[in-house]
Amino acid sequence: MGAKRALGASAGGGPAEVAPRIALPTPALPLGEAPAHPAAEARAATPSGARLSVRDFSLYYGRHQALKAVTLEVEDRSVTAIIGPSGCGKSTLLRSFNRMNDLIPGVRTEGTLQVSGADVLSPATDVVDLRRRVGMVFQRPNPFPKSIFDNVAFGLRLLGVRGRTELETRVEASLRSAALWDEVKDRLERSALQLSGGQQQRLCIARCLAVEPEVILMDEPASALDPTATARVEELILKLKTSYTIVIVTHNMQQAARISDRTAFMMMGELVEMDTTRRLFTSPAKKITEDYITGRFG
Amino acid sequence: MERHFEQELKELKENLLRMGGRAEGIVRKSIESLRRRDPNLARQVFEDDRVIDRLEIDIEESCLRLLALQQPLAGDLRFITAALKISNDLERVGDHAVNIAGGTTRLGGQPLLKPLVDIPRMADLAVGMLNEALDAFVRRDAESARRVVRRDDEVDDLNHQVFRELLSYMIEDPSTITRAMELILVARNLERIADLATNVAEEVVFIAEARIIKHHADENAAGEDFGRG
Repeated sequence: MGAKRALGASAGGGPAEVAPRIALPTPALPLGEAPAHPAAEARAATPSGARLSVRDFSLYYGRHQALKAVTLEVEDRSVTAIIGPSGCGKSTLLRSFNRMNDLIPGVRTEGTLQVSGADVLSPATDVVDLRRRVGMVFQRPNPFPKSIFDNVAFGLRLLGVRGRTELETRVEASLRSAALWDEVKDRLERSALQLSGGQQQRLCIARCLAVEPEVILMDEPASALDPTATARVEELILKLKTSYTIVIVTHNMQQAARISDRTAFMMMGELVEMDTTRRLFTSPAKKITEDYITGRFG
Repeated sequence: MERHFEQELKELKENLLRMGGRAEGIVRKSIESLRRRDPNLARQVFEDDRVIDRLEIDIEESCLRLLALQQPLAGDLRFITAALKISNDLERVGDHAVNIAGGTTRLGGQPLLKPLVDIPRMADLAVGMLNEALDAFVRRDAESARRVVRRDDEVDDLNHQVFRELLSYMIEDPSTITRAMELILVARNLERIADLATNVAEEVVFIAEARIIKHHADENAAGEDFGRG
């Protein structure tokens, strides 16, 4: 395997070493609509309705403290945006939710972080499964240098899905859920790298959806895309939120305003303010939030 | 160095205040034209109104441009949307002043039915309310703005009083009907001007507190609240 790290891939190796890790919930995903998650339902959200929660969560890159006692909750099946000036810690916080920061040497954390009510910082956590349940889409689309079909099927195969029919069913369902099926259904065998930027990004989302996550983390998913492609990704996010919990980091205030239900404003590693998007953007509680969103600094 | 956007917001505010000053002036002039039964003064009112109309168009264009090009948020957004509404209110104040001046023109040289007492009082109140609403706008003073809203009842009461008094005139002597009706309309226009001043005051509360208080919204549970507590 190349350097690309797939969701569900083990830390060191390629597909040949990986045994089936978890049975995907049956019956097969219904075609068309974004699937409901029996697994997600079974893993009940915490009593407060939060799918993700951090409490007094701090993170250090060596001696530098990047996150300072952050406490917040992400509501199940909603879109939460995290905004703030460069270096405020929003991407660091995002990556914490699926422990992607573990891959950076010298990282240390304090406090608690829960996904679906369960602590995920403990050493006993199955980090690989965590990264399946909490998927991630990056700023620059990163499809594998493989066919469209194989991109989406990759995670499924790692999880032990072998039957051709089942793979085809699930791949189609994921591509439909990512609003990409109609554009690629006649060329599934062609290389994913031939797709446009916007299509590649939706393919990455489909790849993520194939392994049935509960949460989708997006780090500036549209900033490398043109306005039309951006609009399509935003539409997709609005559609997906009925079934998935989405956390999106964005520099684009208007985007956060358009698609999120709640918005968190961070600065210098701290959570400054978090509120419904409507309130945060029409009358924030703190002056510094107002100054940031009206562009008076940052 | 001030951002270009801040500069534009400042200009918008100044234009609104300029328009507000003209609105106060035109109301005073229209009542004066009535008091003196001066058709020249009435003609000036008609011309002053055209200036006010142009100001409204300028302000509306500025606001639309700012909304489209700057995508303002929070306080800036509230200010600009309120500015659109305030300029609309002020334009209508001008129209009501024109109506009053129209009454002057129609009355011509006829002697007034009775010494004007309540109508000038209404005018003072209405212009005073407008003045204070605009003042509150400058200072973003929601408390002051709320006081303006409460004074509207006094103007309404005077309007009813004028109506009842003139009604009794008309009943007693039908030949007075034409002149009485003109005065009733003047009072009505002043009552509407006071209402518009109230609107401006309500917009000020929105800018300052992000709270919509029009139509007694804050007295009902259903009131809109973008603000804090």
